[in-house]
Amino acid sequence: MTLVLYRIDDRLIHGQVVVGWGQPLDIDFIVLVDDAVAGSDWEQELYRMGVPPHMDVYFLTVDQAAERMTDFRSNPHRGILLTGDIATMRRLAERDPGLGAVNVGGIHHKAGRVQRLRYVFLAPEEEVQLRELATRGLAVSAQDVPGARPVPLGELLASDDVFD
Amino acid sequence: MSDPTPAAPAPAVVRAIVAGHGSFAAGLVSAVEQITGRGGVLRAVSVAGLGADDIERTLRELMDETGARVIFTDLQAGSCSMAGRRILRVASDAVLVCGTNLPVLLDFVFADGVEAPQAARHAVERGRAAISVLGAGA
Repeated sequence: MTLVLYRIDDRLIHGQVVVGWGQPLDIDFIVLVDDAVAGSDWEQELYRMGVPPHMDVYFLTVDQAAERMTDFRSNPHRGILLTGDIATMRRLAERDPGLGAVNVGGIHHKAGRVQRLRYVFLAPEEEVQLRELATRGLAVSAQDVPGARPVPLGELLASDDVFD
Repeated sequence: MSDPTPAAPAPAVVRAIVAGHGSFAAGLVSAVEQITGRGGVLRAVSVAGLGADDIERTLRELMDETGARVIFTDLQAGSCSMAGRRILRVASDAVLVCGTNLPVLLDFVFADGVEAPQAARHAVERGRAAISVLGAGA
């Protein structure tokens, strides 16, 4: 199989990913792309404790992930690729032309961000980065859980007063 | 002549924080209060809409405010459990219980004669034993 979901989620590995998406998508592995986590054994141990024993987790920098994307996409199992922010996904997209549709799963409140959805807050530079992903031909939409309605990028960036 | 008005009960000392997805925490604490009248021993936390850093900060602040050293959460992979693990890294006297159910909390709130971390460990055994399957095929 392949990577079946490319998700931006600032909580990285958590319930929505492991259970909410992982079970219906029948996930066998997670590729967590984050330069800081890839350099920290303690952080890796923390996230590994959150996944079922049968699920593999690969902790990679953007550079390492870019080198292995072809392998992941030809993997006989099914996986989710996670980044904790938009900038990391954009950097990966610059290195990997084969990236699939991008799911904005959770970007929470922080100074300088404006609420777009219940679970998406964006700073102006992050909006630019999302548009850059779209200009690469990637479908970008926001969707926290599988049963929710995907919110296309145009609607996401226009929704400054209606929280879905 | 003595005052006929009964004294108000002293407010319960918060001994643990309960946190999880949706209304998990408020629901469980509400159930504990309804069954035992001891819901005040627990403090329910809602983390809806918070990022990982804010969840951790919220739990830390509540621990500082209440003195509680036990955190009950719902899911091992959940954000509250992740935050709890980060807190344990620096709070060596704290205890994190993941996979909490109602029997766990019921046992915990009655164990006011022992230290909270020890009470939590005992409650987990009760909570495990309280799960059963009945009916067809059981």
